[in-house]
Amino acid sequence: MLRFVLRRLLQVIPTLLLLSLLVFAWLRALPGGPASAFLGDRATPEAIAALNRQLGLDQPIFIQYGQFLGRILSGDFGASTITGQPVLAEIGRALPATVELSLAALLIAVLLGIPLGYLAASRRGGPLDVSTIMGTLVGVAVPVFFLGYLLKAFFAVQLRWFPPSGRQAVGIDATDVTGLAVLDGLLTREWDASWDALLHLVLPAVTLATIPLAVIVRITRASVLDVMGSDFVRTANSKGLAPGTVRGRHVLRNALLPVSTTIGLQVGLLLAGAVLTEKVFVWGGIGTLLADAITLKDYPRLQALLLLGALVYVLVNLLVDLSYAIIDPRVRLT
Amino acid sequence: MRSARRLFAVTAAAALAVTLAACASSERGGDEGEAGGAGESGGTFVFGAPGAPDNFDPIFAQDGETFRPVRQMYDTLVMYKPGTADLEPGLATEWTPNADFTEWTFTLREGVKFHDGTDFNAEAVCFNFNRWVNLPNAAAQTQAYYYGSVFEGFTNNQTDSGLPPVYNSCTAPDPTTAVIKLNKAKGAFPGAFGLTSFSISSPAALQQYEADNVQQSGEAFTYGAYATDHPTGTGPYKFESYDRTANVITLVRNPDYWGDPPQSDRLIFRVIPDENARKQELQAGTIDGYDFPSPADWETLKNEGYQVLVRPAFNILYLGINQKNNPALQDLRVRQAIAHAIDRESMVRNQLPEGAQVATQFMPSEVDGYAADLQPIPFDQDRARALLAEAGASNLTINFYYPTEVTRPYMPNPTNIFTAIAENLRQVGITVNPVPQPWNGGYLDSVTANGVHDMHLLGWTGDYNDPGNFVGTFFGTAKPDFGIPDPNVFAEVGAADATVDPAARTAAFEQVNRDLMQKYLPAVPLSHSPPAIVVRDNVSGLVPSPLTDERFAPVTKSG
Amino acid sequence: MTTTWAQRRKDRIDDLAGGRSLTSEALRRLRRDPVALTGGVIIGLFVLVAAFAPLLAPHGPAETFPQLQQDLRPGNIPGPTAGFPLGSDQLGRDFLSRMILASQQTLLVGVLATLIGLAVGIVIGTVAGAFGGWVDTLLMRITDVLLAIPSLLLAISVAALAASPSQTTVIIAVAIVGVPIFARLLRGSMLAQRNSDHVVAATALGVKRPAVVLRHMLPNAIGPVIVQATLTLATAILDAAALSFLGLGDADPGRAEWGLMLAQAQTYLDVRPALAFLPAFAIIAVALGFTLLGESLREALDPKGRR
Repeated sequence: MLRFVLRRLLQVIPTLLLLSLLVFAWLRALPGGPASAFLGDRATPEAIAALNRQLGLDQPIFIQYGQFLGRILSGDFGASTITGQPVLAEIGRALPATVELSLAALLIAVLLGIPLGYLAASRRGGPLDVSTIMGTLVGVAVPVFFLGYLLKAFFAVQLRWFPPSGRQAVGIDATDVTGLAVLDGLLTREWDASWDALLHLVLPAVTLATIPLAVIVRITRASVLDVMGSDFVRTANSKGLAPGTVRGRHVLRNALLPVSTTIGLQVGLLLAGAVLTEKVFVWGGIGTLLADAITLKDYPRLQALLLLGALVYVLVNLLVDLSYAIIDPRVRLT
Repeated sequence: MRSARRLFAVTAAAALAVTLAACASSERGGDEGEAGGAGESGGTFVFGAPGAPDNFDPIFAQDGETFRPVRQMYDTLVMYKPGTADLEPGLATEWTPNADFTEWTFTLREGVKFHDGTDFNAEAVCFNFNRWVNLPNAAAQTQAYYYGSVFEGFTNNQTDSGLPPVYNSCTAPDPTTAVIKLNKAKGAFPGAFGLTSFSISSPAALQQYEADNVQQSGEAFTYGAYATDHPTGTGPYKFESYDRTANVITLVRNPDYWGDPPQSDRLIFRVIPDENARKQELQAGTIDGYDFPSPADWETLKNEGYQVLVRPAFNILYLGINQKNNPALQDLRVRQAIAHAIDRESMVRNQLPEGAQVATQFMPSEVDGYAADLQPIPFDQDRARALLAEAGASNLTINFYYPTEVTRPYMPNPTNIFTAIAENLRQVGITVNPVPQPWNGGYLDSVTANGVHDMHLLGWTGDYNDPGNFVGTFFGTAKPDFGIPDPNVFAEVGAADATVDPAARTAAFEQVNRDLMQKYLPAVPLSHSPPAIVVRDNVSGLVPSPLTDERFAPVTKSG
Repeated sequence: MTTTWAQRRKDRIDDLAGGRSLTSEALRRLRRDPVALTGGVIIGLFVLVAAFAPLLAPHGPAETFPQLQQDLRPGNIPGPTAGFPLGSDQLGRDFLSRMILASQQTLLVGVLATLIGLAVGIVIGTVAGAFGGWVDTLLMRITDVLLAIPSLLLAISVAALAASPSQTTVIIAVAIVGVPIFARLLRGSMLAQRNSDHVVAATALGVKRPAVVLRHMLPNAIGPVIVQATLTLATAILDAAALSFLGLGDADPGRAEWGLMLAQAQTYLDVRPALAFLPAFAIIAVALGFTLLGESLREALDPKGRR
């Protein structure tokens, strides 16, 4: 097992190296090159020359890449051109908001998606199946930001069930522990803060969950159908095992394997969806940092977000692989 | 008010907001203390702001989002009467110039204390003035935008734009008298003494929290602790906290305020960049009001029972023309043709809120020096085509820059205004190459620093009642915005601005306005547009200001 | 067998690549599939309208009308009147004409982006699959990395490179998202065919390698490519709309494009919701149409689907 883990870890390295190379090339493709990207259009030629020296841009290209890698590995992503703060610190501050939102969305997608997919599959061709399939197809086709607006207009403005935006009501003085507001409220027993945070979380999480939900439903459905048609299920059925046992122990357990992979893949979608969702709900997480960085052409911040985003994506999927290896004895040591 | 800053991050749907602006129908609350009719004091007032403040040190404040909270915590020597650009006593009860306007004597209010308990007196005033002129490094001097623009320079100028300082010295013959000596007279005074940037800070706090420690990294600036966490003034509200993650600024009542006691216990500014999100927060009842509702929403909001407080249109929107990159634009006839081609009547009616007007010159009628005899350039596309043909510019192609991700008090929806004008220009045979750029993400650099455009949309909200603050800002010196090759323009504006005698100054600027429109036409003035504030129906006491200089101290809520 | 996420994702694409070509049997099954029919009707209508948009639209996309501008205010956008069945837009233009003409621009952006992605993907995939060896390894590593960046994030970073957004930058940004997917698809198909009878036969007959690839291998990969392209069209249109929402959309507000119209109508949601809702529904319908069509094509071609 340990060897498998180590080998998978090693496999990630070339991917990350290539990724850093791409981002390095991307920075050089910016109009005016990296120095003017970092300093802005108004920078004087002297300032650009100084930064070029500092960044080693007068060096051969492969040495430059080496230095670029060195800075990244030591956690130096530079300072945001908007705020002057170190980019990494900014990301650290915004991260809990996005983690909370993504976790909530993922939870909704998984807790709703797997049962729905399973039910749809076990009543294949029935009205539930057809409407579920249509629902997932439509769900994927709705622009995320438009959906967010509709939910807000109806549930926040019309019905006033939920607050329209932000993470916390004014006047709630919550203690910060993990940065995940709902959890913090539970940990510190500030129940009202927790409840308030939860209310704020519902609409954005539902918005963000639509696409992953649709994907998980469909994968679960397909996977369950696949397993139900397989030999060992037929065997189990003909053995006379109770249908409940077959479903629980044989079908669901085996069908969930590809689903767990899909969940890993959703992390990337969540990150991308967060850019749109956070903008609509004024959420103040990584997505907002990214949207601001695009608007204000903050290249140090964009670079860091791009690298870290892909890194998280790769690592989450590595974790999924590892958990996969634990669930499925066939996936091992090859 | 300064229109060119890269300060705060702003984002939003089709229209966002970073804005500054101004005032009108006053909604003063009834008698305080009476239950029922007027509001009650106490409680919390929550206001939605479109952008985040850059810092809280007044001298480094240069945009409306920073001014809004700073105004509640600080006072200036002279202040603007609520709802007007007229002066009224602030920390000074009287101010008198000497004969040649080079020395201003201020009689100061007695018994005023800073939030840290130290005394406000003439020494404190002089400490502030001396601190400003002695700002040490380039970073601090760049960020003291309004000081640079009004007082022109510093003791040790660290930037290319620094001139010999206008400020000479400050003396405090007694605790309630401060005398400011200037090296030359300026028509901007005394109005400019009321600028929020020239608010008086506590000398003790300035020193304790390293107020002058400003650093630049890349395009961003970082400030000392005074500007970020310890602003200390004499104003009706005291700083409590600025939560940068939740984007919430919390101020608390100053019980020892020298003026009318502030009403709300707490005053909270929530930064909500998205225009729709601000509206929905109000509709959901989570905020009590917000700034710069989209003109599209005024009717809806009024019908839903909210109060839309409209400021007077103390601003100007113009179509900038840059003569540098396209020689055809150096021909006055071509610029006149452009002016004739644009249907400004329709643009104002279709895109701007009720009360907006077509501009006849580069300043609104409230400003001294406005030439009342000027008529709008008529919409006449045949004349435009004829002028273009005459100038041999029938195949004109224009790189037209316009800002995105922003709304301004004078320009609620830049994309629509651009589209309307571009269509007009196409109708007379001009080929328009559209170049949209985010306001703080390239646009201001392109049009105000690098001058890479042929045409652009920009405007200005007045800081105080002075023609130099409008025309002088645009055409006082050569700027990349306009690329004007004719030095006569600058000479004429400069001469008018150097005139100190009020009557002579007004006359000089009236002539400047006529010449700008008839002789030079360096740009096309488009419109004056009133920006608004919206508050809930139970709110009273908020007076919209032409300068966007709103004070929240008298605001109360009933029910 | 190691089943890693990356492997799985690759497998999904490779599965498709190893599928069958568009046989008459698949087509026959498609015709009886209600899902395919629905998708086909939507897309058929969409393409028809787009193709004849200039003939169908009564007016130009940027043309303004005094009779509409007469009553136009920021808070009052005239609804349907004589001659203007859908009323005005926020600038006094004919909304119906803009809706119709936008179909053309939207299709143009979607198709061009998909075609460019496809073209680059084909080149990379074919080269990798046909040559194998280190060329294959290197090219596939690069596509893996591109696949590791979430698609919208990738589009955003490409679009952000431009000093000022334009229709071209939108098309390129959206196109790049498709490149790694098509590349992997083609490569899988090439690999699957390398040792197939017809390729071995052609090679044995002395047909030159490029000719084998072009004449014998590529045509057999066309089925799965069509499936993927259909699905990519849906995401391309949605991604373009998202870029518009983020302020990275087409520069020319005089042009009509659904994503852009939706983004610009945000201000008027309370005044005239139709300005946002109609483009939004059009986008949803078209994205749904392409998805339905793509999914049913996939199922028709998937051997497992014939259970």
